[in-house]
Amino acid sequence: MTEAVLAADDHALLKTQLSSALRRQKLSAFLLVAPLLIFVTATFIYPIAGMLERSTYSPEFALEMPRTAAALAPWDGTDVPGDEVFEALALDFKDSKTRQATGRLANLVNVELPGARGLIMKIGRGVDRLQPPYREALVALDNDWSKPEIWQALYGLSKAYTSRFYIAALDLKINRQGEITTQPEDKRIFLPLFLRTFWIGALVTLCCLLFGFPVAYWLSVLPMRYANLLMILVLLPFWTSLLVRTTAWIVLLQNQGVINSLLVWTGAISDSNRLSLIFNSVGTIIAMTHILLPFMILPLYSVMKTVPFSYMRAARSLGANQYTAFIRVYLPQTKPGVAAGCLLVFILSLGYYITPALVGGESGTLISNMIAYQVQKSLNWGLAAALSSLLLVGVLLLYWAYNRLAKVDGFKLG
Amino acid sequence: MSLPVYARPWERLWYYSLRAFCIIVLLFLVMPVLVIIPLSFNAEPYFTFTEGMLKLDPAAFSLRWYRDVLENGMVNQDLPVASWAWLSDVWQNSQWVHSAKNSFSIAIGATLLSTLLGTLAALGLSQEAMPARRFIIALLISPIIVPVIVTSASMFFLFAKLGLTNNYLGIVVAHTVFGAPFVVITVTAAMAGFDRSLIRAGQMLGAGPLVIFLKIIMPLILPGVISGALFAFGTSFDEVVAVIFLADYEQRTIPRQMWAGIREQISPAILAVASILVCFSILLLMVMEVLRRRAERIRGVTPA
Repeated sequence: MTEAVLAADDHALLKTQLSSALRRQKLSAFLLVAPLLIFVTATFIYPIAGMLERSTYSPEFALEMPRTAAALAPWDGTDVPGDEVFEALALDFKDSKTRQATGRLANLVNVELPGARGLIMKIGRGVDRLQPPYREALVALDNDWSKPEIWQALYGLSKAYTSRFYIAALDLKINRQGEITTQPEDKRIFLPLFLRTFWIGALVTLCCLLFGFPVAYWLSVLPMRYANLLMILVLLPFWTSLLVRTTAWIVLLQNQGVINSLLVWTGAISDSNRLSLIFNSVGTIIAMTHILLPFMILPLYSVMKTVPFSYMRAARSLGANQYTAFIRVYLPQTKPGVAAGCLLVFILSLGYYITPALVGGESGTLISNMIAYQVQKSLNWGLAAALSSLLLVGVLLLYWAYNRLAKVDGFKLG
Repeated sequence: MSLPVYARPWERLWYYSLRAFCIIVLLFLVMPVLVIIPLSFNAEPYFTFTEGMLKLDPAAFSLRWYRDVLENGMVNQDLPVASWAWLSDVWQNSQWVHSAKNSFSIAIGATLLSTLLGTLAALGLSQEAMPARRFIIALLISPIIVPVIVTSASMFFLFAKLGLTNNYLGIVVAHTVFGAPFVVITVTAAMAGFDRSLIRAGQMLGAGPLVIFLKIIMPLILPGVISGALFAFGTSFDEVVAVIFLADYEQRTIPRQMWAGIREQISPAILAVASILVCFSILLLMVMEVLRRRAERIRGVTPA
């Protein structure tokens, strides 16, 4: 009897010891991962979260012009607001002049209403002479103050939490009645750009698949010795600097470049009508296909390597012809590789910046180039953040699909 | 796959045309990279082969663009080439040498940091007890997937607030974020082929955790660590978007200066730099190939 009791005790003891050992193991594993996890959270996740916040939150105007923002809050958005708003505006401008913030303010408003910088700077110069009644004084300074456009711009700016960046990024606008409507066809900028980014990405993915599939197949059935040698031809461009490859394509494709000269020399085209292969979408597609092709070939190759060739022979001996055996037996087994390669190439192509900027010209630039332009040139960081967020959401959805299809553990390189 | 003797004529045709197509695609992959090397020796400021070059006339080739690369930015242009004064002027004042120094120091810093963090994380991730492994791997790898422009713009917004822009530290941090995922991937892959009973054998023979790590784990995963480090180095060395956003003229790297050169006035000097970089990547590739063979030998796989 005593033996049995002891055994039960032992059992319980073993259980607690096991679970504490497991906890210790979990903790030690987690502690090893922690440094990188903290680093990535602080320098990657946190900035991106800040960017997401920036796309909906812009308190700058409300901080600079507190009275105006408060006075504009109850305004219905039609026509011109009441006298108290004019007064608040004039008083805020007097304050901002003493803080020398008028220039910054003018830039803020100018982003919302192009051309409004002059209007604000004019107030900045004349603010000391402004006397009540402020409505008349402001309108006397510039007649634009009696028009609703500037007030609508200020109203949009005065709200700290705003959807206006997303509205702009989706080519929508708020009309006089306060409803959200689509921009007229000729004023749409961002949606066509998103569309072009997806379209060029799809085309590049298709080209990569068409070129990559046969090569990966050939490499996977060659004896290892030769396959390793030929693999170097795939890996050399993979390891070569992006800028070098882009430079190479500029040199090859430009008007006086190698390909055009070769075509003229062989007589295929005349000297006067050389092909324009670069600084347009053709250049972007050619260069991006070249740059992303290794990303298609490598996952395809690693999947095709695992498909036993004897299956094809079995299919043939069971009466299938070459074509049927390929479609019904070989192709289904390469599906994970095809899915992984296509998604990887497509995801990477959506975010391409350098190559389109250098070889894309007008018709070959992508949404990334617009984001860079908004950050660096037009200084509309809210809009840049909204565009980035939209791009990010698209890419993350695809990444999720990629994870489900390919398993990150199987993410292979080189 | 060799052509079976019973192949029908159209199968033969298909077999050879597939081969031809593959060779064309492989040429499409390497030719652009290789074609710029002869062009960089052009004696004329053109981007195409001159008549003299096609006839292999020695007068049509020159090293002037390589000299241009070295001498651009020198204080004293009249020094005799390859004299000591010339060398020290090049080392101190040449534009491209300055960006090369930046590129190397940033890449080495980012590589050290990402290799250290990435290897530790991979060791943790490959333990069975690791909680939420798939989610954490997906999170750690996401910097490769998220468009560089989004990451760089976000970092720019934050670093501008913290005063980390126009500063070496900011770029090294950014490049570490981009490089660490590669180390995680390669070291996790190396750990996947790792026989765990070796650790237990070590424990039975009385080794502590540190000895086990240094004497058993490290030698076996070293190829994975080194290839991850090379990936991180290559990523940092090639990265330009974060540099555009976060760096000033003083911190410019080679790709940053190439970017500026291509945008403003593309001169064959760019081709000389590009050719040097191609040789550099051939070197990297050879190191990777040696490592791969070594890893195969350790695991007992021999090429068929």
